[in-house]
Amino acid sequence: MAAVASSARSLRGRAKLLALGRATKPIREATGIARAMLWTGAAITVFFVVLALFASVISPYRFDQYQSHGVRFAQLAHPSAKHLMGTTVQSTDVMARVIWGAQTELKVVVIALAMALTIGVPLGLISGYFGGLLDRLLVLLMDALFAFPYLLIAIVIAFLLANAQGILTAAIAITVAYVPLYFRVVRNHVISVREEPYVDAARALGARPRTVIRKYVFFNVVQNVPPIATLNAADAILLLAALGFLGYGIQPTQGAEWGYDINRAVSDATSGIWWTGLFPGLAIVLLVTGLTLLGEGLNETINPVLRRRRFGRFEFDALSPGAMDIEPLVEEPE
Amino acid sequence: MPGTSLRTYLLTRLALVLPMVLILLTMVFLLLRVAPGNPIEAALGGHVPAAYVHQITHRLGFDKPLYQQYGDYLWDILRGNFGTTITDNRPLTQIITVNGAATLELTFFAMLVAVVVGVLVGLVAGRYRDTPLDVFGRLFGIVVYATPVFFLGLMAQLVFGVWLNWLPTSDQASPLTQALLKTHTNIFVVDAIIDGNWSALKDIFEHLALPAATLGLTTAGIFIRLIRVNVIRTLRDDYIEAARARGIVERSVVFHHAFKNALVPVITVVGLNMALLLGGAVLTETTFNWPGIGHALVTYLENRDYTAVQGIIVVFALVVVAISVLVDFINAYVDPRIRY
Amino acid sequence: MSGEPLLSVRNLRVYYGTPGRPVRAVDGVSLDIGEAEVVGLVGESGCGKSTLGRGVIGLLPEGARAHGEVVYGGRNLVGLPPKALRALRGPELGLIFQEPMTRLNPLMRISDHFRETLEQHERRLTNREIRRRSLETLGRMGIPPTRFRQYPHEFSGGMRQRIMIALALVLRPKLLVADEPTTSLDVIVEGQILALLADLKRNFSTSLILVTHNLGIVAESCDRVAVMYAGKIVEEGPARNVFAEPSHPYTRELLRSTISLDTTELHSIPGAPPNLIDPPSGCRFHPRCPEIMAVCRERAPIETHPEPGRRALCWLHGPDGAIPPGGRQRLEREAIAVAEEA
Repeated sequence: MAAVASSARSLRGRAKLLALGRATKPIREATGIARAMLWTGAAITVFFVVLALFASVISPYRFDQYQSHGVRFAQLAHPSAKHLMGTTVQSTDVMARVIWGAQTELKVVVIALAMALTIGVPLGLISGYFGGLLDRLLVLLMDALFAFPYLLIAIVIAFLLANAQGILTAAIAITVAYVPLYFRVVRNHVISVREEPYVDAARALGARPRTVIRKYVFFNVVQNVPPIATLNAADAILLLAALGFLGYGIQPTQGAEWGYDINRAVSDATSGIWWTGLFPGLAIVLLVTGLTLLGEGLNETINPVLRRRRFGRFEFDALSPGAMDIEPLVEEPE
Repeated sequence: MPGTSLRTYLLTRLALVLPMVLILLTMVFLLLRVAPGNPIEAALGGHVPAAYVHQITHRLGFDKPLYQQYGDYLWDILRGNFGTTITDNRPLTQIITVNGAATLELTFFAMLVAVVVGVLVGLVAGRYRDTPLDVFGRLFGIVVYATPVFFLGLMAQLVFGVWLNWLPTSDQASPLTQALLKTHTNIFVVDAIIDGNWSALKDIFEHLALPAATLGLTTAGIFIRLIRVNVIRTLRDDYIEAARARGIVERSVVFHHAFKNALVPVITVVGLNMALLLGGAVLTETTFNWPGIGHALVTYLENRDYTAVQGIIVVFALVVVAISVLVDFINAYVDPRIRY
Repeated sequence: MSGEPLLSVRNLRVYYGTPGRPVRAVDGVSLDIGEAEVVGLVGESGCGKSTLGRGVIGLLPEGARAHGEVVYGGRNLVGLPPKALRALRGPELGLIFQEPMTRLNPLMRISDHFRETLEQHERRLTNREIRRRSLETLGRMGIPPTRFRQYPHEFSGGMRQRIMIALALVLRPKLLVADEPTTSLDVIVEGQILALLADLKRNFSTSLILVTHNLGIVAESCDRVAVMYAGKIVEEGPARNVFAEPSHPYTRELLRSTISLDTTELHSIPGAPPNLIDPPSGCRFHPRCPEIMAVCRERAPIETHPEPGRRALCWLHGPDGAIPPGGRQRLEREAIAVAEEA
């Protein structure tokens, strides 16, 4: 009995692996431009993830470090060998702040998206599957929010929570802005899947709603989430930077934030000082571009509508014998 | 099916929109009442005599029961009264007309830039799909979207303002122009044209150049992506092949059929992206010290002026809803199949 | 048919590119179309008839290439520069598609469609003349002038097909190719459309290549018929004769499979259409032929003329000199292999 159970478990495990293989098949078979986008985006994203994870090791200084061995760094120094990207007015090293900034960005965005997914996806599933009054109310609410500028929602939330801790505030603000998006996407997908014959069949066989959702609807829907989440992460980074620029991001003591740095750099600009703003800005552009490339690449490989068919090249060879214009060997009798 | 009048459509659409407006207004109301702390004290800073705080609280109606405040709130909005700010005692309506006009000016020209750049690049990229032209166009769209508007603004200020000294980097117009310009609509460009004041117009456009270009460019990315995909899709449509079967020249096919059909959703996208643009406007106005409603919002937020914030958010909500209705209306006009 | 043919197809091959080897949709086809003649092109799905029809006009989808001759007006259309070919489409050659629902631009009025076509090819026409000619052609198709300025979505499927035909005819082309024009329409409308098409040669002196899988239509409307199988024309001749006395086993099987009011039991041709990437050896029909002989598996048949004016591609008709000894021995029909749809 136990042997049967364990072999059943290992079978299920193998089935899951096969399913995983099948799911990633389009990615492995991606060709052409979609593939280039996918892998370039992945490379850039991985680069920043590495920066974020290993900031303490990679960065020459800490983000708020303004001295070394008791000697204060130069203020607003040009980029040099000692400070590859120069220093700020507070004598902190720009490159250090860029590297540590990566950690802040990714930390906040990951938390925010995780929360948005945790709230938005189940809500969308339930609302889409069960419908009814709850669905109508939620849709009305989410649609109203959805039309509103993300930045404004985030600012208002951040404003209301201003007394709370920095990272969480920023994350919550971003979460609230994006929950309607996931809700909407998941709900729409659930509604279209719900009408599929195989779901109907499952229901006819007496499957409980929870089972139906879990086995059929969920996996179908979840496959759509990675490209959306990646593109969403790109957007979220821009949103976080915007919040930081306006002063609603994290506190300076908690970490470096690129948007906040650019805000500080505005006053430097009048004196012609460019490095305090350029490098954090370029970091934003690069990371968001990487995430967007990754997301679009995923979208194009997974979404069959956008895939481009490949045509082979071929040549016409000489006509094979027996073709229609060859004279018969013997005259036909009249 | 045929002949459903445009007017019927518009009325139906407006009726459907009412619940959404109500929800938005209610959300704004609740949100700001729910915040911790006494809003009046927060706005006034705390070192203000209690009697004064009391006076203002009473004047603004904050001491009434919640449902009564809600009723007053809705009734006021219906009559067009959006309240008065706590910190500087300005009526919201004045903020809306003066600052709102400035934001309108900025967003209009920014949207113009976004649409022109986006459509051009998108059309070319879609037409020449998978060629280097296409790749470059798409990459351009992605990078430009990835650039925060305040970063681009900062760099633009550095390059064009500080180093090249070609263009001004802040304000809507020079102090002299502002002093001399007569107020008609509060939209500087329009006012200058009405008066025929060409030197003022030049000054105004110089001030508009960087902010509008910055905001417009960063928003163009969305249009590029959309137009490109639409052109590709349209070129695959059956009627395109049928036109070719009648011997229509490729150039004609592309321009009169594909491009025209591909552009139909542009209006919708413009509308949908107003939200994005409004968010971007807030940032652009802060960067360039543009006296718009976004800048006002940020300032009042900093000063924790709840009434001002509430009033401005309400205006934003109404604008967003109005735009979505307008977009639907234009769509129905352009595409005769849509009219319910 | 008398005199020089209007259009002469010689050894045309049209292949579609794939990631692997190409699909040999049309694999060596010759056919003549005379003036004011209606020729039917029949066969199962995937036999290449649609490709042949489009190949004649030069409107092949991406990835397809043609080789051979399509002689029209003294020129070979295959290999003609695109501009020259395009100039011919409309005033000389036309194509009517299968699905009328999607073939009109939804944002353009019918009048706009006509104006565009006429302005493209006959620049000097005045607006009044454009309108007059459009209305006249539409009138012949049964579309009243009051509906001239309406949008496509305001018309039914049958009417849209008539509009498409009118659009194709307004320039008075000499040859029209109709690619399954009635397949997506109901039977009554189908009858009307076919009557229109059959009248083309009388009213417009236009030749018509009618591509269809419906034998009944062909029997009624066509002067001649060409039966296609696996990219080749296996039989061709005057429609009445071919249907009364088919020379090729495939034609016989097709006729037997046609359902009519006299049908008492269903007959179908066993097996499935052949793989066009890797067609069967010898005669392509041999795996499904009820009269298969030994030679049919080994060698591709040579075209013969069982009667003057008729062609057949089948070893049953010889030539005897080309059949090796023992080749005429009858065989059993092959077991049905799993089909690969072309």
